[in-house]
Amino acid sequence: MATTDVALHEASSRGEQKRVVNDMSIQVATVNGSGSQSSNTVLLRSIFQMGVPVSGKNLFPSNIAGLPTWYTIRANKDGYIARKKEIDFVVAMNSETAQEDVMSLAPGAAVLYDEPLNLSALRSDLVFYAVPYDKLVAPVCPEAKLRKLVKNMIYVGVVARLLEIDMAEVEKAIRKQFAKKVKAANLNLAAVQAGYDYAATSLVKQDPYFIQRMDKTQGKIIIDGNSAAALGCMFAGVTFISWYPITPSSSLPEAAIEYMKRFRIGPDGKATFAIVQAEDELAAIGMVIGAGWSGARAMTATAGPGISLMAEFSGLAYYTEIPGVIWDVQRVGPSTGLPTRTSQGDILSTAFLSHGDTKHILLIPCSAEECFSMAHDAFDLAEHFQTLVFVMSDLDLGMNNWMADPFHYPEKPIKRGKVLSKEDLDRVGGFARYKDVDNDGIGYRTLPGTDHPAAAWFARGSGHNEKGQYSERPDDYEKNMERLNRKFETARSFVPRPEVWTGKSKIGIIGYGTSHWALIESRDQLRKEYYIETDYLRLRAYPFTREVHDFVRQHDRVYLVEQNRDAQMLSLLKLDLEPSLIARLYSIAHIHGLPLDARSVTDELMTMEGK
Amino acid sequence: MATTTAGTPAPAPKTNRIGLSVIDYRGGKTTLCAGCGHNAISERIIDAMYEMGIKPERVAKLSGIGCSSKSPAYFMGRSHSFNAVHGRMPSVATGAVLANRNLMALGVSGDGDSASIGMGQFVHLMRRNLPIIYIIEDNGVYGLTKGQFSATADMGSKLKTGVINDLPPIDTCAMAITLGATFVGRSFSGDKKQLHAMLKAAIAHQGTVMLDVVSPCVTFNDHEGSTKSYKYMKDHDEPLQEVSFVPAFEDISVEYDAGTTIEVTMHDGSRLRLRKLEEDYDPTNRIRAITRLNEAHEQGEVLTGVFYVNTKAPSFVDLLNITEQPLATLPESIVRPGREVLEQVMEELR
Repeated sequence: MATTDVALHEASSRGEQKRVVNDMSIQVATVNGSGSQSSNTVLLRSIFQMGVPVSGKNLFPSNIAGLPTWYTIRANKDGYIARKKEIDFVVAMNSETAQEDVMSLAPGAAVLYDEPLNLSALRSDLVFYAVPYDKLVAPVCPEAKLRKLVKNMIYVGVVARLLEIDMAEVEKAIRKQFAKKVKAANLNLAAVQAGYDYAATSLVKQDPYFIQRMDKTQGKIIIDGNSAAALGCMFAGVTFISWYPITPSSSLPEAAIEYMKRFRIGPDGKATFAIVQAEDELAAIGMVIGAGWSGARAMTATAGPGISLMAEFSGLAYYTEIPGVIWDVQRVGPSTGLPTRTSQGDILSTAFLSHGDTKHILLIPCSAEECFSMAHDAFDLAEHFQTLVFVMSDLDLGMNNWMADPFHYPEKPIKRGKVLSKEDLDRVGGFARYKDVDNDGIGYRTLPGTDHPAAAWFARGSGHNEKGQYSERPDDYEKNMERLNRKFETARSFVPRPEVWTGKSKIGIIGYGTSHWALIESRDQLRKEYYIETDYLRLRAYPFTREVHDFVRQHDRVYLVEQNRDAQMLSLLKLDLEPSLIARLYSIAHIHGLPLDARSVTDELMTMEGK
Repeated sequence: MATTTAGTPAPAPKTNRIGLSVIDYRGGKTTLCAGCGHNAISERIIDAMYEMGIKPERVAKLSGIGCSSKSPAYFMGRSHSFNAVHGRMPSVATGAVLANRNLMALGVSGDGDSASIGMGQFVHLMRRNLPIIYIIEDNGVYGLTKGQFSATADMGSKLKTGVINDLPPIDTCAMAITLGATFVGRSFSGDKKQLHAMLKAAIAHQGTVMLDVVSPCVTFNDHEGSTKSYKYMKDHDEPLQEVSFVPAFEDISVEYDAGTTIEVTMHDGSRLRLRKLEEDYDPTNRIRAITRLNEAHEQGEVLTGVFYVNTKAPSFVDLLNITEQPLATLPESIVRPGREVLEQVMEELR
């Protein structure tokens, strides 16, 4: 199997040049609404099918048509799939951004551009390829209306030829992309071929980048985090979903609708679920709480602005102890912020969402695999602890395509928590809803409709005693709040444990969510370039488990890397750690709205290390 | 004079068709003011549920925030209850009913809770036609915060402090009809007979029932100059019909004159009888209902009765094609697709 990256030399018009195989980032700059998403997906898939690890990141505007958008594809033989800071190969289709796109490149990068843009005059230290798209598209696409879309397929062909991507794989990717539309597939394939032929006859390869077949994607799948989450929820037995459209979370419930329509219709032709598009996020979470009270596995998905709107209801769920799952696909705030850019900016506000003493369990997936598996964890935890569980995804994870291992069918049975049935009540006679019978802070509940005269309890956001009766007594209030705290403490040993990589280093790194992909690469950079070994802990949940405390204790300096301004996770951790350990924490925080890259972390960490 | 002698068993307490006595429908002791209209409504709910033979365990009581929303604690203690946040009970009710379609949802709200803070959720509940009985206990003021105007207060109505309301009222009934609720009426907490009949018909209806019940606040809005006082209602109440109700399980056939009475057959076979007090009023005509409500406003009447009823429209549960068993308790074998499904999806993603 050809997995070589040895420096092969070949003669080119630019002289002796090192071949760079399976290690590059390709950036496609287009205008949104021009249909480039299909082209980019085809390109991504073709590389994936060549067995080369790949990732795709869409940097798009909050707009439907006409504004600049960039799509970055990174192919990497070592499996690094974080965003790469440097761009190696630009496909410049957007006249508005073309100049800036070209000016920001490092010397040696390649630029494929639409001929009329006339970019080659801008710099002499880049490789330029001009393609007359309009001339090429006319013969393959007689219908003028479609040309704008089909034009984008031409660059796929040109890139395939220049990088030596197997055309058979490109065709396969197109057939998959346009699965049920044979005519569209043929049209697009013709466009790709036109681009390929043009490159073969009219362009001379001058850049060093090549894609060569490997075997590193065997058996893997490509999926976005939101679809993975939707699948996870379906297999976790979700029965109720409410939602209000908001970027970047909408595609989660939309994927759920598609999957559930296919796989969750009973033999009677009826749905074993209800999905409701709510009037706003307040209603979305209100419905989740109502359904959770009734006993459904209920969830909603939203982003920061929705989380803010859900604050009051979150306190109600916390205090009445109703289960529910909220997916927060985080985007850049504050306020409307950058609605189409990624962030980890909701950590602190979500952990304590609502007024009074309120706190919530957070789960933090870093991959499509975890979006799938944590769906199950989230519902089980929500029902076990009779509380809301927030799954803190982000735009990068939720909306971008990720390579993933096939998901494992959940082996654990669905656990519904402490629910008393009619038969239980026949046996025990009655119950007090908020009594801590098992000394874990978790009471027993009944569901509305339980056919027993002693089943009913009164859910209320106002002060209540063990029996759920209205009470303003100081001792009732305090006892109840202390029990809720005990419940939260119990959760520490139930939430997903962190992933830890420890050696003997004195330097520790803590990260979470999608930062993970930059961090594993950054640790390798630190080792290879600076001979610095680091230990690493990836948080997967709040409240923090014991391992997190141990990790800080075992290291002199701990860098907490996150994608927000105010070091939100670090602030949370400070509240948890013994005072002597707090001074060991250092923040590396990034807030540009782009997925975190390894180089930025490496550079900042080295600066902070004083090197 | 008690004449029971030792040895003679006391007569069995009166029970309804499912063997429960009215005490099984009672709740906690009310903490509302003596004479509050809300307490009378609670009594009517108890009577109607008892007489209809509804199992209390099947009922889910839901409310928002305010005096009215406290009242579910004072009736039907054997029913589950959820006292949610201000103005947003409709969403909680929506989730609760969809999760368990066998529940009979009874929402109790107030004019502040529904027509101001809760307007967003109120209108969307109405347009979904969720099976629920939604009662607005309407007194025109915020009682629990000591008597500020609500959005149902009439123009010119006067607060105890002398402040005059100069904004037009929101007619929740007209809105409900416009938006898609399928059983809409207005009553008065002091009209025992009318409210009782309307509540029983509401229990028989499948879809959204919206009842605006004028319910005077004896502490903050029962004075001269208020348009939501007992006295004002006694003087201005204009019933559209005489409402009576014949449940399906009571096989009584009473003759009625089709010229003077409209009979509506409810989903369960019960019959709602409306003896016309206005010659040409047809409660199945939506447009006419809205027009008549607007006329009432122009004329300074407080129109009561069943304004609109539609037993044909599909409910939200029907529209969502939800399976017959409650979603809440579907077993794992139904809610978790098999391994082959996951394998199929994985294959599609390769």
